[in-house]
Amino acid sequence: MKIVVLVKQVPDTETNIKVGDKSINEAGVKWIISPYDEFAIEEGIRIREKSGGEVIAVSLGPDRAVEALRTAYAMGVDRAIHVKVDDYVTFDSTYTSELLANLIKAENADVVIGGRQSIDTDSSQVVVQIAERLNVPHVAMALKLEFDGNKVTATREIEGGTEVVETSAPLAVTAQKGLNEPRYPSLKGIMSAKKKPVDVKKPEELGATGSKLEVVSLEPPPPRIAGRKLEAADAQGFASQLVKALREEAKVI
Amino acid sequence: MADVLVVGELKNGELKKISKELTSAGRKIADAIGGKVHTVLITDNVDAFAGDLKAVGADAVIGANLGEFSPEGYANGIFAIIQEKKPAVVLMPHSAQGKEYSARVAIKANAGIVADAVGLSVDGGKVVAKKPIYSGKAYANFKVSSEIQMFTVRANSQEVTPKDGAGAVEKSGASAGEVRTKSISKDLSGGNKVQLADASIIVSGGRGIKGPENWPIIQDLADTLGAALGASRATVDAGWISHSHQVGQTGKTVSPNCYIACGISGAIQHLAGMGSSKYIVAINKDGDAPIFKVATYGVVADLFEVVPALTSEFKKVLG
Repeated sequence: MKIVVLVKQVPDTETNIKVGDKSINEAGVKWIISPYDEFAIEEGIRIREKSGGEVIAVSLGPDRAVEALRTAYAMGVDRAIHVKVDDYVTFDSTYTSELLANLIKAENADVVIGGRQSIDTDSSQVVVQIAERLNVPHVAMALKLEFDGNKVTATREIEGGTEVVETSAPLAVTAQKGLNEPRYPSLKGIMSAKKKPVDVKKPEELGATGSKLEVVSLEPPPPRIAGRKLEAADAQGFASQLVKALREEAKVI
Repeated sequence: MADVLVVGELKNGELKKISKELTSAGRKIADAIGGKVHTVLITDNVDAFAGDLKAVGADAVIGANLGEFSPEGYANGIFAIIQEKKPAVVLMPHSAQGKEYSARVAIKANAGIVADAVGLSVDGGKVVAKKPIYSGKAYANFKVSSEIQMFTVRANSQEVTPKDGAGAVEKSGASAGEVRTKSISKDLSGGNKVQLADASIIVSGGRGIKGPENWPIIQDLADTLGAALGASRATVDAGWISHSHQVGQTGKTVSPNCYIACGISGAIQHLAGMGSSKYIVAINKDGDAPIFKVATYGVVADLFEVVPALTSEFKKVLG
């Protein structure tokens, strides 16, 4: 099995975001692997441990994205490819999916796994777009994945429950929390990851046709409705005040 | 023509509110760019819903019988309708299903797509979509430069405004075509309750509920309000409730009109999932808990006393 795992670097949730005109100010931002992509890396490694083959971690982004690939190496992937997009605005899923699909096609991968969404844009688009571009089936929100040759049986989350589906490789998968428990990179892994090669690809080598989104502007979040703490003598007092506030002031219940 | 095509959604044979929200939003866009609104429903019983959609601005209500949900089948069918109607703008729900087929539809139509939009406006004949990014710490405005502009839209983000459309009913011959992922079985044991993603009211419990045996206190309030039951990561990690209830960074992102947080401290990862809720009620003994920074109404008190009192008070006024 040749497995490609998609790794996106995103700001740590706890990082303060300073909004510029069309991009964020990256100074002081701590970058991490998008949490759902960690499940993707782990699953890729587990499939290889069972079925053999190789796991290739791919990250699209500016120079700093290499750090995410080093982490993937430390977890146990076999190869790393950095799709280097210097002025990358991480927003355009169709541009991203075209570059990545072209790369994956050239690698002739059997399985592509990414997180169910990245936590910077929450779009849930790229992996399924790649499936469409490669003309292969996909399993979204995977909770369990079993391979029997090319036959794939998966359990996935759906609205209100779970579903078992059958399909076949080549395919694309998006990882939901619960698919596995990602391993921590070992110290030895971290040390050896520093020396491993990262293959660099430029967009022009991958032949993407260009962006289809225009960033008009970024802005800070809208101000919240001013809050207040209620004062009451007892639970009943709080309850009657809350009911009044929600029904007469907010008019939401 | 500058038509808008809306894809609606049904659940258990009933129209989901998002279908009206998107039709209403589509009407506003169509009025601004000069076109019609076509609302597509995947059903063989489109006549039953035409009136509801006409009343919020649908000029045509199109029924497509694509069978049981599959992302490939829905994408094939919806794309066939797009080819026929040639809309300038396509609006799809950012629901569990919508996320999946929209990605395929965008590629088939060679369209740019903005996913999880919460605001839609028109500038110079093009839609401007606003969406939260970086866990709601910033908002971005996008235009789509391809010929067809596609958007998935978050539930509860669009107002439903009455406006009469022509309401013609059409039955599409579009088919699901080849589907390579076969559904073997479904477990919908949690399926009859209100779903988090669509809920306009959510009642959530956190570590402050102390143990899984206390969920009924939270569930009673949720049931009284017709609300969905949410949970913080701490309660899910402790095994008190299934992950499908988790709200937050590694759970669900929600935007209800009202979010009632009971015994939730409000870690930044939790706020990332519910921070765009319109009204937030926080009930927590710890007055310094971060949840109070975002709460519209803060109650510093013991949830075991306040929540049951609130439930009985609501039972009284809601009958």
